[in-house]
Amino acid sequence: MTTLSMSDLMPALPELWVAAASLVLLLIGTFRGDRGTGLVSWLSIAVLIIAAVLVVSGPQDKTVTFGGMFIVDAFGVFAKVLALLGSSLAIIMSLGYLRNEGMARFEFPILIVLATLGMMMMISANDMMSLYLGLELQSLALYVVAAFKRDSVRATEAGLKYFVLGALSSGMLLYGISLIYGFTGSTNFVQLAETLRSTDVAHSVGLIVGLVFLVSGLAFKVSAVPFHMWTPDVYEGAATPVTAFLAAAPKIAAMALFLRTLVAPFMEAFAQWQQIIVVIAIASMALGAFAALRQDNLKRLMAYSSIGHMGYALMGLAAGTSQGLQGVLVYLALYLVMNVGTFAAILTMRVRGTMVEGVNDLAGLGKSNPMMAFALAILMFSLAGIPPMAGFFGKFYVFLAAVDAKLYVMAVAGVLSSVVAAYYYLRIIKVMYFDDPAESFEQPMPGEMRAILAVSGAFTLLFVLYPAPLLAWARIAAGALLP
Amino acid sequence: MAIGVGHFLTVAAILFTLGIFGIFLNRKNVIIILMSIELMLLAVNINLVGFSAHLNDLVGQVFTMFVLTVAAAEAAIGLAILVIYFRNRGSIAVEDINVMKG
Repeated sequence: MTTLSMSDLMPALPELWVAAASLVLLLIGTFRGDRGTGLVSWLSIAVLIIAAVLVVSGPQDKTVTFGGMFIVDAFGVFAKVLALLGSSLAIIMSLGYLRNEGMARFEFPILIVLATLGMMMMISANDMMSLYLGLELQSLALYVVAAFKRDSVRATEAGLKYFVLGALSSGMLLYGISLIYGFTGSTNFVQLAETLRSTDVAHSVGLIVGLVFLVSGLAFKVSAVPFHMWTPDVYEGAATPVTAFLAAAPKIAAMALFLRTLVAPFMEAFAQWQQIIVVIAIASMALGAFAALRQDNLKRLMAYSSIGHMGYALMGLAAGTSQGLQGVLVYLALYLVMNVGTFAAILTMRVRGTMVEGVNDLAGLGKSNPMMAFALAILMFSLAGIPPMAGFFGKFYVFLAAVDAKLYVMAVAGVLSSVVAAYYYLRIIKVMYFDDPAESFEQPMPGEMRAILAVSGAFTLLFVLYPAPLLAWARIAAGALLP
Repeated sequence: MAIGVGHFLTVAAILFTLGIFGIFLNRKNVIIILMSIELMLLAVNINLVGFSAHLNDLVGQVFTMFVLTVAAAEAAIGLAILVIYFRNRGSIAVEDINVMKG
């Protein structure tokens, strides 16, 4: 019987901090009531920023604790920083919306903090059990957040659809885990890798069936085709700051979990899972490109765009090399910045007190608000992957990794679908600059939105000048994941 | 005839498939979907316990406890979302969940 000492808890300090702080925030919220929403929001942002500081100042090399269930390494640090950044920006972006739409309830930022705690747990999972618990902590909070605008039919329908399909995917994931456990005798990632190396269980049908179920469950969480059907409805139905949140941090955490779960224990079965990843990557990229062509709702368009982007990110995983994983991490970081910036723009689209979200509502923005139009145009060029914007480099590294791994079909499919996808990104720019002006948005833009949009626009535009730090950090993180 | 791990796996596979079919073929009521989800999770539990007994390893049974706990939380949240949905829409028939075309 081993006992847990204080030093065993230290690697999990950021998670413990977030867990304890969320309980305190809940108490503050309960005592202050809904008047305290602003206070709780800012405190939540502070909690997440302190957690990020703790993550960065904590151990960077491989540390395992809680009996091998919890791992801290450079990969986890990278992904956690991105997830924390995405969540805190989502809370900042929600402040004005909550006030204007009369849904300023203090539970909102706390649910985001709890979801972020789940994300940190899943990023650090080193055992099927901690994987499942982290994933569920995140998902359960997200179901509630999706339905948070509780007097809207659309938002509650989005929450219901998300819940049903999310629970289905958790079921498939668990079934896969149970089969993997049964055929290998272990749920620990290190022991699984050891078993797969020393025996030929990697080729047994039972393990492969379990792996397929596991990959299906994870593919649902990153909304890769064919498990994407919830994404457009949930993105469209949920309140816009919720969509901004759902599109950034949870995607990054789920992708990080996807990478760790396939690479750490199952690298011996690479040939088996590589085929699945290639197929879902190609299908996601194609669907993301073609299905978005007909969309007039910006949130729905962003949903298909995020399906496509997850396809590109999965290309790096399919390559299975450290170069590919580095590409995925760079892609995720740039995706976070571009997405947050785009949603900051969507959140400022208010006409006479109501939110609008159609592509045509952007018409004439080039004249009525040239700065916002310019920043949004940069982000759209970047999402389309046009050099020298940041998005180009994200695509460049995953394509390079795919070509080096001799996955030519997938690379060609990726290039072709990014050409198709360029149409709908460029259409937004055309509508902003060349169409007859629609009614202009309320001025002035809220300060926090202006700041977020300006910073993300500047980052995407200027990334080309100084890409080295991000690339180097992603290389270290990818190196920590591969054995 | 001795009952081996294969029998447990068969029962679990049947229950799991029933759960999935319950979600997709049911056109009536969302409550039935919640029951189907529960059925899937319980099928997984049978799998885990069966394997745990077969392998002489406790991890599977510990896992089952966690799955049961999470399933309870999940059912609570599912019902809560269903209640607010009913307040807005006045119906919980599956074919009425169509404000947004997916």
